[in-house]
Amino acid sequence: MLSNKEKMLIVEIWESLTPVAEEIGADALLRMFACFPGSKTYFSHLDISRGSPHLLSHGKKIVLALAEGSKDISQLIVTLTPLQIMHAYQLRIDPTNFKLLSHCMLVALSCLMRDDFTAVAHAAMDKYLSAFAAVLAEKYR
Amino acid sequence: MPENSVSADLQTGSDKMVEWTDFERDTIKDIFSRIEYDVVGPAALARCLVVYPWTQRYFSGFGNLYNAAAIKGNPMVSKHGTTIMHGLDRAVKNLDDIENTYTELSVLHSEKLHVDPDNFKLLADCLTIVVAAQLGKEFTGEVQAAFQKFLAVVVSSLGRQYH
Repeated sequence: MLSNKEKMLIVEIWESLTPVAEEIGADALLRMFACFPGSKTYFSHLDISRGSPHLLSHGKKIVLALAEGSKDISQLIVTLTPLQIMHAYQLRIDPTNFKLLSHCMLVALSCLMRDDFTAVAHAAMDKYLSAFAAVLAEKYR
Repeated sequence: MPENSVSADLQTGSDKMVEWTDFERDTIKDIFSRIEYDVVGPAALARCLVVYPWTQRYFSGFGNLYNAAAIKGNPMVSKHGTTIMHGLDRAVKNLDDIENTYTELSVLHSEKLHVDPDNFKLLADCLTIVVAAQLGKEFTGEVQAAFQKFLAVVVSSLGRQYH
């Protein structure tokens, strides 16, 4: 359940991060690969080493999708339909991994924003990422 | 009840020792030597109470937990946060035997405090994020992995005496 204040906070944060989408997306992914090696199995066809173009472009895609979704959270189900279909029928990533990436995204945000990543911002962002992940998994079965 | 946390579950039988690489040992000791226990502990506990408000159920004697500002300024939260860090310090000093080091603490949390062990993971995740903010860029993926492995062992050991 997100309050209006929280929704505004989330939009603000993603807006400020859009210029560094590649950097923060890649950072979150690298953290996930380091901490949860099972997640690497979904990327066996890509070069996911630090600095690789695949990693940067993939990180950017993820952050831009998160930023886009944040602009109207009530419409996530509509905004995310193409991604829902992709994840359910083509990628078939086990949804447990969404939680792992969400956690690593929070850590990446904390490293970057430091004291600005307040408990309130953390709570709001955690709720948003959980909602995003839940919508993403909705067409799985 | 959906899983809220991501710290890895460890299944350590009592006959299996956790093995630490040199990097992991050095990293864990380094982190704990650099963070201020009376800053990080209170921040992590306060964050847990804000981000996962249901955890407040264990702190009904702590007074005003009405909003984030109240939680942050609550002296009992701060004191307990520091106590937690000193508890973790014991694990850092006994990396090769965290399980036995925490036997009494595990019994306490189970028999007296009646804390659902899932909550340990929630606090561990909040602590990771607070330490990340403290260390910034130096909290690399590899450092995070070592720190999370340590916390996973701690969490597992704390849950061990529940029955």
